[in-house]
Amino acid sequence: MTTDITAQGGVQKEKSMLLQKAMISANYDALARAHDEGKKVSSTFVPGNLNELLMCFDMVRNLPEINALQSAMRKQTGAYIMEAERAGHSEDVCTYVKSDLGMMAKGSIGPSGQPLPVPDLLLLSYTGCFTFMKWFELVRDQYNCETAMLHVPYQADGKITDNMRQYVVMQLREHIIPSLERVSGIKFDIDRLREHLAESARAEDDLVWVLESAKHKPSPIDAYFGGVYYCGPIFTAFRGAPETTEYYREVRREVEQRIELGLGPVTPEGVLDEERVRVVVEGPPNWTHFRDFWKMFYDEGAVVVASSYTKVGGLYDYGFRHDPDNPLETLADYCLGCYTNHSLPARVNMLCDYMDKYSADGFLVNSIKSCNSFSAGQLLLLREVEQRTGKPAGFIETDLVDPRYFSSANVKNRLESYFQMIAQKKTRHGVAA
Amino acid sequence: MALDNIIERCQDLYDDLRFSYVKEWKAAQPGRHAIGYMPVYVPRELIHAAGMLPVGILGGGDQLDVIHGDAYYQSYICRIPRSTIELALTGRLDDLDGMLFPSTCDVIRNLSGMWQLKFGDKLIRYFDVPQDFDPAVGGKYYVYELQSLRDELAQLAGRPITDDDLRQSIALYNENRAVISELYAYRSREPWQVLTHELYLLLRAGMILPVDEHTQLLRDYMVAARNTKRPVRDNCRVVMNGLFCEQPPLGLLKSIELAGCYVVDDDFLLVARWLLDDVPLAGDPLQNLCDAFLTRSLETSCKFVPQQKDKGAYLLASVRDNHAEGVIFAAPSFCDPALLDRPMLQRVLTENNIPYTAFKYSENSGQMQPIREQAGTFADSIKLWSAA
Ligand code: SF4
Ligand code: SF4
Repeated sequence: MTTDITAQGGVQKEKSMLLQKAMISANYDALARAHDEGKKVSSTFVPGNLNELLMCFDMVRNLPEINALQSAMRKQTGAYIMEAERAGHSEDVCTYVKSDLGMMAKGSIGPSGQPLPVPDLLLLSYTGCFTFMKWFELVRDQYNCETAMLHVPYQADGKITDNMRQYVVMQLREHIIPSLERVSGIKFDIDRLREHLAESARAEDDLVWVLESAKHKPSPIDAYFGGVYYCGPIFTAFRGAPETTEYYREVRREVEQRIELGLGPVTPEGVLDEERVRVVVEGPPNWTHFRDFWKMFYDEGAVVVASSYTKVGGLYDYGFRHDPDNPLETLADYCLGCYTNHSLPARVNMLCDYMDKYSADGFLVNSIKSCNSFSAGQLLLLREVEQRTGKPAGFIETDLVDPRYFSSANVKNRLESYFQMIAQKKTRHGVAA
Repeated sequence: MALDNIIERCQDLYDDLRFSYVKEWKAAQPGRHAIGYMPVYVPRELIHAAGMLPVGILGGGDQLDVIHGDAYYQSYICRIPRSTIELALTGRLDDLDGMLFPSTCDVIRNLSGMWQLKFGDKLIRYFDVPQDFDPAVGGKYYVYELQSLRDELAQLAGRPITDDDLRQSIALYNENRAVISELYAYRSREPWQVLTHELYLLLRAGMILPVDEHTQLLRDYMVAARNTKRPVRDNCRVVMNGLFCEQPPLGLLKSIELAGCYVVDDDFLLVARWLLDDVPLAGDPLQNLCDAFLTRSLETSCKFVPQQKDKGAYLLASVRDNHAEGVIFAAPSFCDPALLDRPMLQRVLTENNIPYTAFKYSENSGQMQPIREQAGTFADSIKLWSAA
């Protein structure tokens, strides 16, 4: 049996990655053409996005976080951030926001090289991050477009109360859906929503299967660097569409194949032959040096078996599925359940659970300068996970899309010593056993 | 009471990072409870109605050595959470029976979780206020949240909080806000009489004193101030903005005044002025608190502005109503709420030809010379501009 891996420009890619690339580029095409074709455009955020609902109104979906990260991978964000800072934005604030505003100031050419349209609606799914509110106020300040706020309460006590759920449902019913109807000129059809939700649930089953495949030894996937590819479609403009279900079927098929062959994850450098260290990672990745960053793990035989970043768009592995029988309630639960909408103690519990279920040897925090939502409290979280699991914890600092805050030599040194320390510990224990 | 004595009392309360006042207040009557709260807004009426002392926890200022707190926070996070955790780790908050963390930003939100992990034996509540201001939607949610806070406090108090208890507390806070408004109006009229660092100290005293005692203190101050004629200086009139959470060092406020600025409005300690009108006493008290929040409360960065046309309108109104000649933006370093809001507010000012200047501070900023120079240059430029 062989695996479907092709090399493009020296980078190893699986078929599913190519499928995803095609989906992303089709969405940028759709955005570029939207207004010419009389379609309406909604900008919205990844956590708690209402993709199924937006599809019911034929709205083309623009996700500014994805634009920022895609631009970062193409090394464009440094200039965007400088542009925003020149225009008066503080060096202290989230660089996703500045990358977006800088890109707008430079003519709104998206990462694909095509123009991004002025949104007709800013759907402010206010979930898990304070900055979202300011981000869309800032975009609105430029474009003066309609803004629909969906306030999602924080799960401070680790549970979704009826009051929280009802509040979100009422906002959907009374404000969000009427705004979408008005902007799109299309009447809401709940059966259409049910169909999209059912489609989402099918894809979600396969996503969870793929993420949980990392319990195998060796793990057939990398659940952080590879994980962002696996989560991409479901977290963004594609959840609820049939091609997304297809995509996840394909990913699952590829992973099944790798398990059968006892292979490790596919990385840009090739398949990882020897899994030396298994780690759980907390925090988003750095996008400006994504490949170099991944290679630092690859070189040490380190595989990420679970990560919190791949849960920012939902904790599907804890059982949540979009439920076509309760369409608005399920959207509410989805918004309420994103990782950064969980309390710090709940995050600690989840990470300890991952350490155990995925037989991890260590726990690593990539602390992001931009992101108070993730980062505030991470040092305590690190100590808690270390204490409770007895496994060594590591800590590095980078940024999402600001290249000034990725110090390659520093990160590499820290990672090397951290992974080597874990590997030695493992060997010692192995010998003792 | 003489003006100096009043300010000295406030300064003592401000300086006391051991919160001895709370200890004494509790010791005066066994069974009393004190509840801490962080900026920006919590309904203190509920705490008071439970017979408890609401205590504003506002970081460690510039007098606290942060030794443990830095191990909890990366360098790129503002200072108030690290000095707040320092206060707790060093036992200074031991007399508090609970802490409320309002939905100000993600740092305070996550601090509520840190509290759960470190001090889980106390009442800990993250208090999420609505960003949907429709009474039938956000209002319904908010009344329920208020009720649930009421239940939790009642449980701690060991007795129910009746509607009449709430009405009495609402009346006392109405009175307190009215007197604070009077003080602000007095400063706006005669800023040489009400120095801003004194006004700040007076407000800070309200973060710890029982509300009725604080109201009396404010009244005493105004009487004393009216009896003390202070020199009128050729200062320019400014509004300060961005100081709603991490506290400015007192030296910063004094420096602004020394640099030739009269502060005629600000966004200090908004909890004390959050609700703009009297909350009605008749009817359901929680509903009344909710309605006041939804329809007649202040604007700050932590609150969504639904319509673009309204963005920054409050600042413009403040400049106009107080005949200010410019705005000083002072934001804590690494404060996403204040720093992300600033460009939008600056745009509104630019469109209305209102000059501004901007800088950052930390609660422990020691070096005031650059700020003083910047504010001085700003004041001079305003004077030149108005003379032209
Ligand atoms: S603060 Fe964090 S979650 Fe919020 S927009 Fe920035 S990177 Fe995203
Ligand atoms: S200073 Fe700003 S960022 Fe820091 S806790 Fe306060 S509001 Fe949040």
